[in-house]
Amino acid sequence: MLEIKNLHARIAEDGTEIIRGLNLSVKAGEVAAIMGPNGSGKSTLSYILAGRDDYEVTEGDILYNGESILDMDPAERAAAGIFLAFQYPMEIPGVATMQFLKVAMNEQRKAHGQDELTTPDFIRLVKEAAGSLDISMEMLKRPLNVGFSGGEKKRAEILQMKLLEPKLCVLDETDSGLDIDALKIVSDGVNSLRSPDRATIVITHYQRLLDYIVPDTVHVLSKGRIVKTGDKSLAHELEANGYADIINEAA
Amino acid sequence: MTVQSKLPLTAAETALVDQFGAQFGSLPGNAEVVKLRDRAIQAIKENGLPTRRVEAWHYTDLRRLLATLPGYVPSGEAQDLERIVDAAARLVLRNGKVSATESVEQLTVNSMSDALRADVSGVSMNDHGIHDATGLINSAFVTDGFVINVESGAKIAKPVEMQSLHDGGQVHVRNSVTIGEGASVTVFDRHAGSDTEVLETAVTELKLRKGAEALWVTIQETGDAATHLSQMNVTLEEDAKLTLFIVNLSGKVIRQEINGDVVGEGADLTFRAVNLIGDDAHCDITLSLGHLVPNTTSTETVRNVVTGKAQGVFQGQIRVGRIAQKTDAQMACNTLLLSDDAGFSTKPELEIFADDVVCAHGATVAEIDEDHLFYLMARGISEKTARGLLIKAFVTEIVEELENEPLIEALEARIDRWLEVHA
Repeated sequence: MLEIKNLHARIAEDGTEIIRGLNLSVKAGEVAAIMGPNGSGKSTLSYILAGRDDYEVTEGDILYNGESILDMDPAERAAAGIFLAFQYPMEIPGVATMQFLKVAMNEQRKAHGQDELTTPDFIRLVKEAAGSLDISMEMLKRPLNVGFSGGEKKRAEILQMKLLEPKLCVLDETDSGLDIDALKIVSDGVNSLRSPDRATIVITHYQRLLDYIVPDTVHVLSKGRIVKTGDKSLAHELEANGYADIINEAA
Repeated sequence: MTVQSKLPLTAAETALVDQFGAQFGSLPGNAEVVKLRDRAIQAIKENGLPTRRVEAWHYTDLRRLLATLPGYVPSGEAQDLERIVDAAARLVLRNGKVSATESVEQLTVNSMSDALRADVSGVSMNDHGIHDATGLINSAFVTDGFVINVESGAKIAKPVEMQSLHDGGQVHVRNSVTIGEGASVTVFDRHAGSDTEVLETAVTELKLRKGAEALWVTIQETGDAATHLSQMNVTLEEDAKLTLFIVNLSGKVIRQEINGDVVGEGADLTFRAVNLIGDDAHCDITLSLGHLVPNTTSTETVRNVVTGKAQGVFQGQIRVGRIAQKTDAQMACNTLLLSDDAGFSTKPELEIFADDVVCAHGATVAEIDEDHLFYLMARGISEKTARGLLIKAFVTEIVEELENEPLIEALEARIDRWLEVHA
């Protein structure tokens, strides 16, 4: 489903290279964890996948279902089924969460040649998805993410993911700032979306999240490259021994 | 004082003088009014229209912006305009003449042309000096308008919708509105017309007596070739509360002056403006508010969206008199610039002669937040729609303060239409 080939990317503004020859392949149905120390390029990778123009790809390619997405803008990528759950979701005053959800769902439907949702259908879908994430309708009347707690923001991200039904989910440090109860709710939400035709990339610093969202593959990112790939036992190894050994071994 | 050599009259200035000569026999007014008209045109003839050198017009060089004048006669019948909310009672001016008056209980309406012919108390034609172009042109040429009195104690539920409709040429209207003691009313003040070149001047005298409350919403949606010069002279007596809300959606050269005097203790003014300025439009709101007695309050919030080659101006002057202790005035002007060629000039001016007051002002000019844009796009919302959502959020924060659902919906529909075209 996703094929990243020898990707090099830098910060557009100052030219600092962050991703340095990254290769990664994720199949449909797979849950891939990307782990790495601070500054290894984890969040940058997630932004590049989503199409943020603060980063410039200088070499290599990202193939999604066999086609390059480098020329697609973020909205086109999202409509094609790529979803990024943000580490720090934006607070947007003046845009009601419900309004935002409706516009997002209908824009994607439009891109797929489907009719817009009727208001009753829309509300029914939101209620169903929100209930399982312990999100109240009251919260959804508020401006998008404004005044939401850290946990509420992360749950709202998963709500969006459930409603938009992407094919490739990228979760950027979704566990950061979550207590154990919220972590469980969020993980259940992610797990409910596991399916043979959907791939998930879980970006995390800690192994803890991977007890709840069990990965098929684990990749260690260091200095902008994948330096080691394994199964879920690799995550435990990292938890026990830290990143230093593996990174030194790779170097 | 600097001595200025006199500039030659422009085509527009000459036309004003000539048209006055041709029209003044047919303009309504008693002997006193005729004298005032004459004095006004003399002032224009002697001083010309204001230029950048006149402080109050520094950012709106009217001599340049109104270099030529449309003919005096309208080009056709002005189109009807649907009520902005279904419930409203309409008072319609068509090409500067009263054409329809729907009655409202406890509210009397007379025509300004009758008032100018007779001696009607409360109707004045005082201008604000030789550089008061709007007041002077209007005084010279005013044809009609409404004289409205809301009875003391009347709580009028039905909104009153004044419409000044035009189709090219010149329109000079004047309204005088007095809201009696303890009365309350909602007024929509609309200006609309075709895309034919037009000069509209509109002067409104608005008085709120003791304890009166009013929501006044001016909706300026004139055509693309319109010059719209308006002036509101507002007086707030003791405990009066006025919410004055201005929405600018179109027009070519717009200048709106608000001269407010808060003369009664406990009075409050809530001033809000939303300016959507596109293409090569020029839109100027100039506010001068006097807190002249102790214990009065005001807030002023202006939100601007400017795109294309458009230019916007907000001058906000707050004067706090020597005895006006405990005045509380809060002013803010926030602007979103959507293009490199768009511009906005904002000038706050605080003149405070009392020592125990709270006055604040702030101004921001920004572009759309790229982080916000990315977040929305990452959910599949196209760039155009995402920009529209963000711009709309910026202005609807103010619109939603109105707490009047049908009105909010009507205004948001107009904002959406503007965004469709410009964002």
